[in-house]
Amino acid sequence: MAYLSFNNVRVAGFATGVPKTVLTNESMDEGQYSASSFIQSTGVKNHRVSEEYTAGDLCYAAAEQLIADLGWDKKEIEALIFVSQHADYILPATACILQDRLGLSKECYTADLSLGCSGWVYGMSTVAGLLASGGVKKALLMSGDGKRRINYVDPLFGHAGAVTALEYQEGAPAMQFYFGTDGSGFDALIIPDGGARNQFSDQSFVPEDVDGHMLTRLQSRMKGMDVFAFGISWGPKSVKRLAEHFGFDYQDQDYYIFHQANLLMNEKIRTKLKLPAEKVPYCLQDFGNTASASIPLTIVSQLRGQFEERRTKFIGCGFGVGLSWGAVHFETENIVVSKLVEI
Amino acid sequence: MNLEEFIQNFAEQFDDTDASEFKAGTVFHELPEYSSLIALSIIAMIDEEYDVTLKGDDMKSAVTIEDLFNIVKSKQ
Repeated sequence: MAYLSFNNVRVAGFATGVPKTVLTNESMDEGQYSASSFIQSTGVKNHRVSEEYTAGDLCYAAAEQLIADLGWDKKEIEALIFVSQHADYILPATACILQDRLGLSKECYTADLSLGCSGWVYGMSTVAGLLASGGVKKALLMSGDGKRRINYVDPLFGHAGAVTALEYQEGAPAMQFYFGTDGSGFDALIIPDGGARNQFSDQSFVPEDVDGHMLTRLQSRMKGMDVFAFGISWGPKSVKRLAEHFGFDYQDQDYYIFHQANLLMNEKIRTKLKLPAEKVPYCLQDFGNTASASIPLTIVSQLRGQFEERRTKFIGCGFGVGLSWGAVHFETENIVVSKLVEI
Repeated sequence: MNLEEFIQNFAEQFDDTDASEFKAGTVFHELPEYSSLIALSIIAMIDEEYDVTLKGDDMKSAVTIEDLFNIVKSKQ
């Protein structure tokens, strides 16, 4: 059972970078959906999309802002984890490139994690694991998706790159995690071609009918019903199992930040857990589904200025492509939340 | 689980279709109001009421409401 707890690690700050370009779904005509029914069920009115900036670029811009706002010395940052499904290159790891771009020490631990909507929670545990022993004192978690391998606009998804700064602090309250995986659902959300299993070929660019949508084999495709059923089941279960295992009342938290999948799914999860709407902020109306950036982006865009100084209890929960899921319980106090970075 | 109750729960996911339309043998894919959104509501209802996580293929392979009832029952 993948339950983890780390002591002596605190969240120091959050920042998120998004493209300036706002696309609206209000004028869309997406096959069987009208604009109004699409917006009503998904909740996604606008999203940010760029054909220029990668997840690495968006994270880089957010990191520069957050490091400046924290007043951190870059030489002190000894670990960087980058989580994305749209890395800058097939190789090398984007985390290596970001070490150099940011001017971090060459004696820095860097690695990429290839995860989507659950990725921020996995990244948090990876970084917390590096910090908990005190071997590394300051670290950055970067997560999100930006420009794709080929350009296309999916009305549900948006681009964003988030940075979460964490540091070693003796006596910091425990950061608690629960994780799960069901690889039998690997094709519920998939880009079929371009990896080693199905290599690039001329056929990769030929649109084919996927449940009424014409998609190439380099675009992500989703079995919507499978993902929906998975999310409404494992979202609530993750929160309940985390609380049961660590012996706290899940109802007794200040904020619940769920991965921003779509409104229908998120509201189903919220009502199943009987959580009041004011404790469950959403940013999907303005940014769409931003994969592994969605949890920190919700904190930055919806809670900035409301909680930074006081002791605040959070539950974060991500679920999606893999299929993969995770939940985290953590507290913040005196943290820095940078203004949304738009590039 | 009981078929009558399942049909009632199933019918509650529809707004405009008359309750008398829902019978064990109703071919639900052919109901004019049936859509992918209604399918999601049905999946959510089954998750909540019967603690069963369906897949899209289960919804597609069921022809009648009773077929879906039997799929849910087999997964309990």
